[in-house]
Amino acid sequence: MKELDFSTIDWSEMGTATVDTLQMMGYATLFTFVLGLPLGVMLFVFSRSQSSVLGWVYRIISLVVNILRSVPFIILIVALIPVTRAIMGVSSGVEGTIPPLVIGAAPFFARLVETALREVDRGVIEACQAMGASSLQLIRKVLLPEALPGLLAGMTITVVTLVSYTAMSGMVGGGGLGDLAIRYGYYRYKSEVMLVSVIFMIILVQLLQMLGDRLVIHFTRK
Amino acid sequence: MIQLKDVTKVYGGKKTFTVALSGLNLSVKKGEIFGVIGHSGAGKSTLIRCINLLERPTEGEVWVGDVELTKLGKRDLQERRRKIGMIFQHFNLLASATVYDNIAFPLTLIGTPKASIAKKVDSLLALVGLEEHKSKYPAQLSGGQKQRVGIARALASDPDVLLCDEATSALDPQTTDSILKLLLDINKRFQLTILLITHEMHVIQSICDRVAVIHQGGIVEEGPVTEVFLKPRHEVTQEFLHRENAGQESLKLAAAASSAARGKLVKITFLGAQTYESVLSQVVRETGVNFAILQGTISTIKDTPYGQLTVSFEGDRQDVEQTLRLLRERDLDVEVLQS
Repeated sequence: MKELDFSTIDWSEMGTATVDTLQMMGYATLFTFVLGLPLGVMLFVFSRSQSSVLGWVYRIISLVVNILRSVPFIILIVALIPVTRAIMGVSSGVEGTIPPLVIGAAPFFARLVETALREVDRGVIEACQAMGASSLQLIRKVLLPEALPGLLAGMTITVVTLVSYTAMSGMVGGGGLGDLAIRYGYYRYKSEVMLVSVIFMIILVQLLQMLGDRLVIHFTRK
Repeated sequence: MIQLKDVTKVYGGKKTFTVALSGLNLSVKKGEIFGVIGHSGAGKSTLIRCINLLERPTEGEVWVGDVELTKLGKRDLQERRRKIGMIFQHFNLLASATVYDNIAFPLTLIGTPKASIAKKVDSLLALVGLEEHKSKYPAQLSGGQKQRVGIARALASDPDVLLCDEATSALDPQTTDSILKLLLDINKRFQLTILLITHEMHVIQSICDRVAVIHQGGIVEEGPVTEVFLKPRHEVTQEFLHRENAGQESLKLAAAASSAARGKLVKITFLGAQTYESVLSQVVRETGVNFAILQGTISTIKDTPYGQLTVSFEGDRQDVEQTLRLLRERDLDVEVLQS
């Protein structure tokens, strides 16, 4: 094995890649949350519904979510290229990575939301129904606040998953730290770049996990 | 105030189903505290949930006030439910909200202005004695305090009915008594109709005006507590009472075996003011009969004092008969257990 020489690393490129990764993460997290939360709430509400129509809606959403979750992410990116191009105009780079990231992570987050909502005490829901809360009030004022720690924990897991997804997207020209690690480190045998990129991602995951844990503890009242 | 007419509730599908309530009728008057007692599985939880339609009866009508709830649409039902308070065995408070916000919750549902919420919640905090705990979260409170929050929350929307679902079953005896006292106080102060379900005879005895005994999805016995308590007719009721006064049965048996059994074994029930009068000694002095007290209780049912004595009378047959007659003339309930 040859000696590692860190002086050959182009730090400005490394900086750009880091910013790219953070950008992808930021947008992907935002849209995953915006799509996944309502999806998760729907999964929860419809699964408990007495109506047979909503029961079927649940089964359909649930099936779609399962399909999206079983396709390996790397294949999902490729399969989604036409969709990505239709939405963003391009299918590579930072912009081109966001749609597959969101479509890959939102169903995952939705399941975590559903699970968190199931943890809410049935008796509390019943009590609020007895007080005359409407379905919307029940979701907004009871389910979501009561499940907040669980939702935050789910969000943390999702964001960490997104970090590894962005890295994978590097394989197909996605940009960011993963892209750098693959292009220089893997294809051009520049192990230093790969090592530094990976260390950056480890630090990122550590920070995100710590932040998530802090928030969960802060909002836990039990 | 509350009326259930031929209410039937069946759980499950066509093949496997459980009948929780079968053709049940119940009527609760305005301003009274009505207790329903029964074993677990007798249908009491279903019964109380049918009143605010947390469970919709399979058949029958539910009336609260002069509204038939079973006929209301979703919106109207939500509206009406706001005037039916409910408290629970496990309190069911919002864990993510403070004591203050929990009590304010029903008011925020109807968009009450902040200032009037604050005024209302503060007065309720004072009523249940939790002023110092208003910024705490439920997890920081004891069971009794949680139930006080539950009561305050139930009262926030000025309900005309309060439903209590095993409200004291998760509490220790001392806390139970303080919660019962609070309920009684609220009932008197606001003329609030209270329907409670319980499996503890003690709860019924302490605060209820009337009681119904539920068994296998139907009411088997119903009436004023003094009546049902002192003269239980149905075996389920008797069972409940005997568990409360443990050993009464065995004492009776012991009495039968003892020398006192030579006499006439009689159970005398005193009710109200006569409980504290010297009726018995006055009567026996008149008839010259001797008596031995084998067993006795003096207690109260809600505010009514009562006494129950198991006495063996010894003497001339005629004199004993005369004694019983005189006791009955003084409006005492005299039951001959064994001649």
